[in-house]
Parts: sequence; structure tokens; C-alpha cells
Amino acid sequence: MAKTIIEKIWDQHVVVREQGKPDLLYIDLHLLHEVTSPQAFEGLRLAGRKVRRPDLCFATMDHNVPTINRAVIRDQIAKKQIHTLADNCKEFGIELAGMDHPDQGIVHIIGPELGLTQPGKTIVCGDSHTSTHGAFGALAFGIGTSEVEHVLSTQTLWQARPKTMEVRVTGELGYGVTAKDIILAIIAKFGIDMGTGHVIEYTGDVIRNLSMEERMTICNMSIEAGARAGLVSPDATTVEFLKGRRYVDNEKFSELEAEWLALATDEGATYDSVCTIDAAEIEPFVTWGTNPAMGSGISNSVPKPTDYADESDQLAVAQALDYMGFEGGEALQDVSIQHVFIGSCTNARLSDLMEAAEVIRGKHVAPGVRALVVPGSQTTKKQAEELGLDQVFLKAGFEWRESGCSMCLAMNEDVVPAGERCASTSNRNFEGRQGTGARTHLMSPAMAAAAAIEGKLTDVRNFRAVGV
Amino acid sequence: MEPLQLVTSIVTPLAKKNVDTDQIISKEFLKRIERTGFGKYLFYHWRFDESGKEKPDFVLNHPDYKESKILVAHENFGCGSSREHAPWAIADYGFRVVIAPSFADIFYNNCMKNGILPIRLPVHEVEELLAKPQLHVTVDLPNQQILGKDGSLYSFDIDSYQKKMLLNGWDEISLTFLYEENIAAYENAQNSKTAS
Ligand code: SF4
Repeated sequence: MAKTIIEKIWDQHVVVREQGKPDLLYIDLHLLHEVTSPQAFEGLRLAGRKVRRPDLCFATMDHNVPTINRAVIRDQIAKKQIHTLADNCKEFGIELAGMDHPDQGIVHIIGPELGLTQPGKTIVCGDSHTSTHGAFGALAFGIGTSEVEHVLSTQTLWQARPKTMEVRVTGELGYGVTAKDIILAIIAKFGIDMGTGHVIEYTGDVIRNLSMEERMTICNMSIEAGARAGLVSPDATTVEFLKGRRYVDNEKFSELEAEWLALATDEGATYDSVCTIDAAEIEPFVTWGTNPAMGSGISNSVPKPTDYADESDQLAVAQALDYMGFEGGEALQDVSIQHVFIGSCTNARLSDLMEAAEVIRGKHVAPGVRALVVPGSQTTKKQAEELGLDQVFLKAGFEWRESGCSMCLAMNEDVVPAGERCASTSNRNFEGRQGTGARTHLMSPAMAAAAAIEGKLTDVRNFRAVGV
Repeated sequence: MEPLQLVTSIVTPLAKKNVDTDQIISKEFLKRIERTGFGKYLFYHWRFDESGKEKPDFVLNHPDYKESKILVAHENFGCGSSREHAPWAIADYGFRVVIAPSFADIFYNNCMKNGILPIRLPVHEVEELLAKPQLHVTVDLPNQQILGKDGSLYSFDIDSYQKKMLLNGWDEISLTFLYEENIAAYENAQNSKTAS
């Protein structure tokens, strides 16, 4: 029978299937970071348990790390958390790319970079953006700390079989429209809980033509659509990206390649539900509210609560506008911003930095705007520096930082002050996400770069036409 | 994990949809390496102003709800970050049951691992509960019912496996160890496949 890639990977990993129970699923790769792991390791210690397969675990430090001077962590509680991860990795024999390691970076950036992420693997991490790894045709999803402990001690998880959803992107992308705009448009169109209980497969010509970096941006935000996992069937682009990577068994590459390509969804396989979007209807996107579905094309205005029929939507929009400092009806292109953040596991890969650099080359950040570039990993940072991108950013008035999560969640010192606005390439615009009272507008790297230059939200398509 | 059978309490109405885990427990409290003590930080920025004083108009600060064990909210409760600190904060604060029309997947699972019962009810029933701010109910897990003091009655569905785990307060890892042979067999099969 024709199967989707989701069913194929699932069936290959079932260890136990019994009536009236979820399936016991084997986990091929367990990624760890400092924030969601300490209580799991402590649980192991208290129960006298060991890590079953330390060789299938890989850890890094990203959420809490300083991005200016690695040596100075003023927050003593954060410092302790970072040291705790190092101690735990040592005690349990887990490979760690620590703060000063050349492989350090945001966990979802370094997995693919090192070639740990591969098609057909089941991948988990105590982090909801684990969905990123789905870009490779892996079944990758975020778990809680109790589940982290469960995987550490048994290398398995009890999981109910998910429903499958196809999100098909048809047609052709317009000028200046990026992967970030596609995923923001999908979430705005179908809702923040469209994918609850499902694993999404992204299909269609538009997705096929995307690079691996762009596919990662889309899969990354599957969780913002409510889906624990989102993936893309492997193809030549996937294979090409992985060739020669450090953790790939390159001696057996041709065998691996055949295995990977065979995972792709079979012709005629069916999904539990299907959503379709025409790329032609997508323009550069920005969010105006307090969840990622509250967004719209840049040529529109901030909506009013009365634009919505449903009473609970009216209430939610009114609360969002109140937090965001909007009346409703303002043109999005008139909204001035004080901060720009180019970073996060959604958009801090080399191609993202190149996209932003292209927009700002030869220009300068608007007066009164503080703009940050935080590369996703040390490897990305080095590659960007080799291309001279750091100089492009620095000359334009951006700060050039060490890698980490930084202002995506503002756990370290990179914080947006209350009441101020940030044009951000990250994935969440929840209340307080970038700092208490801070107001986040999500967008692509090109749009954020253009906002930095203009000091307000702006349409990168016009910007390029005038600026070049 | 503490077993859960019957929970009787006033129902705390939180009439919001898409309550994300960033609101349930804010990032500044995620630096701690302990599992306990998160209750005082639950909904921190909704509960307290900048000076740390309680905001009187937030429902959790109303004297009637101080001892409540049951929280009711709108759709998609617990969306966003996978942080288990969210259910830790909810449980540590004193809630044992959360009722909503829908929950985000990771949050739902995380509740189950921490002895919190997440109950899905149809939207109109949740709206009924939200409209009765003084309602006391008993949540009866064995019979999958919610009985209101006013005579109202609601039934709910729950997966039989998860129900058993909650009723008994079982530790899932100990149960999984019973399948050690199956796990080892799976690993052996994988190894011989890659070696061939
Ligand atoms: S960059 Fe942001 S979303 Fe990604 S892992 Fe870090 S904190 Fe989470």
C-alpha cells in the first residue's frame, strides 16, 4: 500500500505495539541543551539509572550563553545551569559542544551542520523547534523534560500514532518572497492550531525548489502551526547537503543515499487532511500581534477587532492590539521600530545572513535603531567572516555577536526594553518573549534588514528597487 | 507521581484562547535546575506588576480562587514552547485539572507526566463553565465525569492508557524497563542491518 514518509519512518521505529497503548518508538538521535535537561539528569541520579545510549546523544549550550563576552556570565543562576550541563555530560559520557567549542551553536542549527540530522531518523530534543530537522525527511519533535529522562534511560518513547497532514504550496513565488514569508502566510491562513495532533508534510513545486536552509526555516515553524513535527521528503537537494558532513558515514554514502530517497512519500499515498496555498497570494509578511498567526502582508494595515466575526477572536485581537500599542487600522509600513534582531534557529544560517547583507550593503542603520546579528553557530559565524559579511554588517552599524539563542527568548542579557518594538527574524511574538513588555514583529531576514535601514517596517521589494 | 482520582474545588475561569507556555512560566524562571518551587512564578507577568504587587483584576488573584484546583480556559491551551516548567508551575501552584476545548500536543503530554489531568470538553460546555464563576465541581476520573454542585454533569474522553497512568500515579520509566528485551532485540536487529 502507498505510504507517506511519516508512516514509513514510524513503522520502522516501532519497538512494541500493543492493544490499547501508544506505540513504543525507538529514538535515533537525542539532542540536549542546558535549559530542559538538568532535572532529567537529576532524575536519573536519584533513581540510580544510567544513560542507555550516550552514543546517540549530543549536547550543546545555546539558550543562556552570553553573545558578547563568553567569559562573563553575570547571572549566577544561568552560570550554574551551564556548568550543570557540562558536569552531566561528563558524568554520563555524552558528547558536548560546550560554550567555547568550535561546533557550539543553536542546537537546531548544528545538528544539520554536523550531519547528525539525517533522513529517516527519529530525532527528539527538549525543545519545540526540534521540528526544524524535519527538513531532511527525519521525524523530529520536541519533548518535555520527563520525556528527556525517559529517552535518556530507555532510548524510547511511548507515542500515540499521529495523524498526517499535507501542506501543499503550489504556483510560483513572487519577487522578494522568502521561506519565512511562506510559513508565516500558512499559519496566518490556517491558524495557530491547524496542525494539532498531526505531523505535517510540506509538498508542492515551491517546496521542492527550496534549498535545505529554506526548508529548515519552514519546518522550524511547524510548531507555531500546532504540529509537533513537520517534514519534507528527501530528494537530490537533501542528499547534496549531507555529502561529506562529519557525522555521515561517507564510506557508505551511496547505500545511504538509496535508503534516504526510498523514504519519500509514495505516489498515491493519502493524508488525514490536506491544506493548499498558492504562492502567488504570498507577499513579504510581518506579524502585528502576539501570536505567529497574527500576521499579514506588508502592504496591509493592522486589523481592528471589528474585522472579526467571532467574539473570542475579537477579544483576542483587542488584547493583542493593546499589548502591541496599536489602535487598529495603522498602515504596517508606518510602524517605527527601535530594535532589529537577525538570529534564531529559524533564520540564522549562512544563507539568511547573506540575504540580509545583500539588503544593507553600502547603507546604514537608521538613527536610534539598535541592530544585532547573532549567527546560529560558530561554524556559521566563521563562514560568514570568511565571506566578509561581518564587515558589511559592522560598517552598516549592526553589532556582530557570538552564536546562541540570544534575543529570540531573551534569557541572556540581549533584551528588548518594555514598550519598544523589535523587527525580528525569530519565530515567536508572544507577550514578553523578547523582554517584559517588549513588542515583537516577526519577518524574514531581508525584511528585518530593510527595517533596520529605514527605522520602520518597510516593503523590501520597493526598498531594493530604490536602493540599488 | 501522585495518583489522581477525584478532585473537588471551585473552578477558576481564565477566559483566554491560545495561552502559550511563555505566559504560564516566563523565561527568566527557566534558569533554575530544580523541578519544584515554580508555583510562585505561574502566570507571573499577568499576576504581578513591575513592583511585584498583585494585579487585582487578574483572576488568580481573586480571593475566591486562591484554593482552586481546577483551571478552565479557551482553545489551544499550552501552545508554544515545550518547557515542562509550565506544568510544574501549574501543579506546584495547586491545580490538578485543566479544562479547555483543546490543548497543544506537547503540553498535553507534559501534564500527564506530572499528575495533572487535562480535560477536553466541547467549546459550548467550556463556555458554560466559564460563565459560572462560583461553580464548585467534582472531577471524577474513574467515571470520566465532571459533576457540578448545581447539578450540571459533563462527560469527557481520555485515552485508556493515560487514564491508567494517572489513576495509579505510575512512573513510566519503570514500566518501560519491563520491555528491555524488546528494546535490546530492536537494537540488535538494527546493528546487524548496518553491519551487513
Ligand atoms: S533560537 Fe529561539 S526558538 Fe530556537 S531554540 Fe533558541 S530559544 Fe528556542
